[in-house]
Amino acid sequence: MSETLKHIRYVLTENPVTLFAFSLFGFILFCALFGPYLAPYDPLATNGAATLQPPSGAHWFGTDALGRDIFSRVLVATRLDLGIAFFSVVLTFAIGALAGIAAGFFGGWVDRVVGRLADTIMAFPLFVLAMGIVAALGNTVGNIVLATAIINTPLYARVARAEANIRRNAGFVEAARLSGNGEARILLMQILPNILPILMVQCSLTMGYAILNAAGLSFIGLGIAPPTPEWGILVAEGAAYMISGEWWVALFPGLALMTAVFCFNLLGDGLRDIVDPRRRT
Amino acid sequence: MQRRVFLFACSAIVAAGLAVGPAAAQSRQETLLVLVENGPNSLDIHGVGTSFRSYVAAWNMYDRLVTFGRKALPDGTMTYDYSKIEPELAESYSVAPDGASITFKLRKDAKFHDGTPVTAKDVKWSYDRAVSVGGFPTFQMAAGSLTKPEQFVAVDDYTFRVDLPKKDKLSLPDMAVVVPAIFNSTLAKKNATEKDPWAMEWMKTNSAAGGAYKLDKWTPGQEITFNRNDDWKGGPLPKIKRVIIREVPSSGNRRALMERGDADISVDMPQKDAAEILAEKGSGKYLVVGVPIENSLKYIGMVTTQKPFDNVKVRQAVAHVVPYEQIYKSAIYGRGIPMALGPADAPKDASWPQPFPYKTDLAKAKQLLTEAGYPDGFETTISIDLGDATASEPEAVLLQEALGKIGIKATIEKIPGANFRNAMLQKNRPIHIASFGGWLNFPDYYFFWGYHGQNAVFNTMAYKDAKMDALIDASRYETDPAKYKQQVMGFIKMAMDEAPRIPLYQQILDVGMQKNIKGYTYWFHRQLDFRQIEKL
Amino acid sequence: MLRLIGKRLVGALPSVIGVLIVTFLLTRALPGDPAAFFAGPAATPQAIEEVRRALGLDKTLPEQFVVYLKDLARGDLGNSIATGQPVLTEIRTRLPASLELTLYGLLVSVLIAVPLGVLAATRPGSWIDHLCRVMTTAGVSLPAFFTGLLLVYVLYYRLGWAPAPLGRLDIFYSAPPHVTGLYTIDALLAGDGATFRAACAQLLLPVTALAIFTLAPLARMTRAAMLEVLGSDFIRTARASGLPKGKIVYAYAFRNAMLPVVTTLGMVFSFLLGANVLVEKVFSWPGIGTFAIEALISSDYAPIQGFVLTMALLYVALNLAIDILYIVIDPRVGFES
Repeated sequence: MSETLKHIRYVLTENPVTLFAFSLFGFILFCALFGPYLAPYDPLATNGAATLQPPSGAHWFGTDALGRDIFSRVLVATRLDLGIAFFSVVLTFAIGALAGIAAGFFGGWVDRVVGRLADTIMAFPLFVLAMGIVAALGNTVGNIVLATAIINTPLYARVARAEANIRRNAGFVEAARLSGNGEARILLMQILPNILPILMVQCSLTMGYAILNAAGLSFIGLGIAPPTPEWGILVAEGAAYMISGEWWVALFPGLALMTAVFCFNLLGDGLRDIVDPRRRT
Repeated sequence: MQRRVFLFACSAIVAAGLAVGPAAAQSRQETLLVLVENGPNSLDIHGVGTSFRSYVAAWNMYDRLVTFGRKALPDGTMTYDYSKIEPELAESYSVAPDGASITFKLRKDAKFHDGTPVTAKDVKWSYDRAVSVGGFPTFQMAAGSLTKPEQFVAVDDYTFRVDLPKKDKLSLPDMAVVVPAIFNSTLAKKNATEKDPWAMEWMKTNSAAGGAYKLDKWTPGQEITFNRNDDWKGGPLPKIKRVIIREVPSSGNRRALMERGDADISVDMPQKDAAEILAEKGSGKYLVVGVPIENSLKYIGMVTTQKPFDNVKVRQAVAHVVPYEQIYKSAIYGRGIPMALGPADAPKDASWPQPFPYKTDLAKAKQLLTEAGYPDGFETTISIDLGDATASEPEAVLLQEALGKIGIKATIEKIPGANFRNAMLQKNRPIHIASFGGWLNFPDYYFFWGYHGQNAVFNTMAYKDAKMDALIDASRYETDPAKYKQQVMGFIKMAMDEAPRIPLYQQILDVGMQKNIKGYTYWFHRQLDFRQIEKL
Repeated sequence: MLRLIGKRLVGALPSVIGVLIVTFLLTRALPGDPAAFFAGPAATPQAIEEVRRALGLDKTLPEQFVVYLKDLARGDLGNSIATGQPVLTEIRTRLPASLELTLYGLLVSVLIAVPLGVLAATRPGSWIDHLCRVMTTAGVSLPAFFTGLLLVYVLYYRLGWAPAPLGRLDIFYSAPPHVTGLYTIDALLAGDGATFRAACAQLLLPVTALAIFTLAPLARMTRAAMLEVLGSDFIRTARASGLPKGKIVYAYAFRNAMLPVVTTLGMVFSFLLGANVLVEKVFSWPGIGTFAIEALISSDYAPIQGFVLTMALLYVALNLAIDILYIVIDPRVGFES
């Protein structure tokens, strides 16, 4: 264990970018947890007297067309966006990873069925598939999570399959087999924990995609119902004001969106360095 | 090999963005570039599912027997004149003394684009088609008592008569709207099939027209181009030689194109852009001309057949909650004529539309809600059209916030444009923000579609009241002005008291144009008529 | 080789059938009622029922599916409500627009990402390496529609360097004679330099937006592959035998690192073709992406089905192309593996 810690410390000190990503992650997490309590204004409260105000001391990020404080809206949206990303990744993980491991471990017809399913999903234009799911089932948070999870599943399944396949006849698996463990038990108790770290890397990268995906859905009008603040919707709303000079309406939510995705992508890279010393530079 | 491709692509991209030749500048002067949010989806005005964006093609390509005159508004803006019916394909017309028939003399020199002369049999075929194919054209024709092919008689090659069951003030104006366009029947019949006698399939993407502009090329979803018909006889030769209508979905891009002078006219102006350009009072880069759309109101509707909005007090409570002032300011930037905050004793006359007497009064709203038996409010949904979200969404958000103040918890449902009408048809969206406008500018026409118990799709509230129906039906054919006024005031008063729909404002059609564009005229169908436009 | 291609195609069949079924079910689950839409604004319920029968929407789902398959077998993809056109025509005119955009996006991306990746791999851990990683990651973190908006705002509206975001050609040019459907290529084939320039100018902004978004995976993969090759024995041998560094990196290492890069390229391409729907929307680009979005929003069944099917077939074709490319790059790779 201390070996791992040492390794983590080594990676962090060796790679300033990863260190930066970790601190950024901490900050975003902080915003998600405490944002609603820290927001200076009610993110939903309109104010007819202060519409489309540029950034100022009173409104750091300015106000939107209905006089709502953009800083508060961006801050409060963190929890929702992160939540969507997190739960979709959990769902993807649950479906994709298990199916993938089973496919890689058992091989045979299980492998073929999982492979076919993954191929079928991959053959879809993924963003349009997500759109279709949300359009068909209704634009609720739950459905956005579901759609995002579905389109990310094949990638997980592939990674998990490849990793499980390598290990299906590894020494520690043979050992478990010899000591009388059932196949299912081996899969859950031996294989899964063994490849968990690699899947975690994938999780981090997918978090970023999930946020982008939700934002894209919002941009074309299939996002969460107004007036709930969500980064993608905020950018979409602000897009109309860009040319008329109110750049702050779209810019700040856009930056928040970018920062979060940026953080998860860097984090993914960093995590890979930690769990996968082979690829370390 | 690969490297060569790379280099080639690089130089291509670097070389880009250079010079547009003088030939382009030349044609630029004679060409009108119009920006729209969405373009036509059919060239056939009688087609199934033809969108209102398509009217621009039908209106400019086809002629009708008669058209409306034009007049100047007080601010100098030109508008069509509802009271003046002018000949177009017809040289003259005469109404029988008893009003039971109208006879048209056709121009003898008029030709379709393919050179075929226009005759009364083409007119007859076109009118027959409009009343036979069903759907929107048939409904629109019926609004002017034009329902059966037997009513239309080709007396000789250049005389056409319409027989009416009884005198109807809407008959002649109804022949000047977009629907009764005159088709080249010879050409159309060539493209008809046994299964499709009216050539509906062919007409979708082809033109059998004879009007002022010829179809040049239509690329659905992108652009449609027209060239002037130099042989046009239906009126003075238009000034613009070529028109390009280009679809630009993003309003920001449309604004940028106008500000940089790359486009001549922008038809779908968001209210905010229009308000800002107007505030510059002509000192800006381009101009906006805004004309209130006749007989067209943005409103909040409540479904009267379901709880809790079956209770008139609940509806009145909502009418007292709406933050009218804030909607006018923040949602539409003043680009609408307020239809609330009127005098308490409205209606004082039979004018339509006129402001309803409601104003924001939370105490009164709360009291009404308590009287209705909902002291703690209830939960409901506000439905809006995604295609109209620019204005509807802030309106819905403001309404939602205000409703919250009297305990009504509302969620907002955004319905994609094409499904919105269907949703309205189901009449189960408790609160909805929608708009309805009548082509023919009569209060009884508006109420017939919007409030009558026949329950047309535009009566989105499913409102039904025998007294209301009786007043509307009576006014429809009333010839005595005094009685008519009384009936109209009667149903307007009922609409105000019963409040199944709360009018927010009369919509304004804002059209942006460069300073060298002259002659823009507002038409009831809200599309451009290129014939009057010139470019200096 | 032909036999192998055939085998691959047959192998892809179940996926395509799966796509067909899922898309069919998905469209039927969309809210909205095409019958009500077609029947027009003032239709009575009876009229709507009539239209429903006429459209065949009163049949059960399995029956409708059979009808759909029959039409499909005849090459009839149905008509779009929104544009009134046969879907096949729409796809035929719009697919080249999307392909052109995607191909150039990818090309620009490769031109930047591959050298960056090589550079980073030759100096691992240096500030160049970190900068490279941060820059490409920042690119992939920007939603492409947001980048698009910013580009339009700055380069067209503010600076006026780029042409108006009005689709594939400035309005005063007409499209070159149709050969490939890619305007740049067609214009060159027709020897029309002006149109070629105009088409390139229109491509500039959307291609940039797409390229920024795809830098990261390509750069990352190039770097990783290069590192692996550079650490391998034969490179060490080459170094030991005193070959110049440039020659080692470019002639030996790079060639061997290309395989995984090509795979990534294929994945990115199919991802892009689906993902550029948002970029198309921002730039009024008349591609199939915009077409699909509009159709989905308005429950327009036929275009959605046509679009998804086209994309699925493209995906299959693309994977096949990558496999073939593999053999070309590295003859040791057989199909059987």
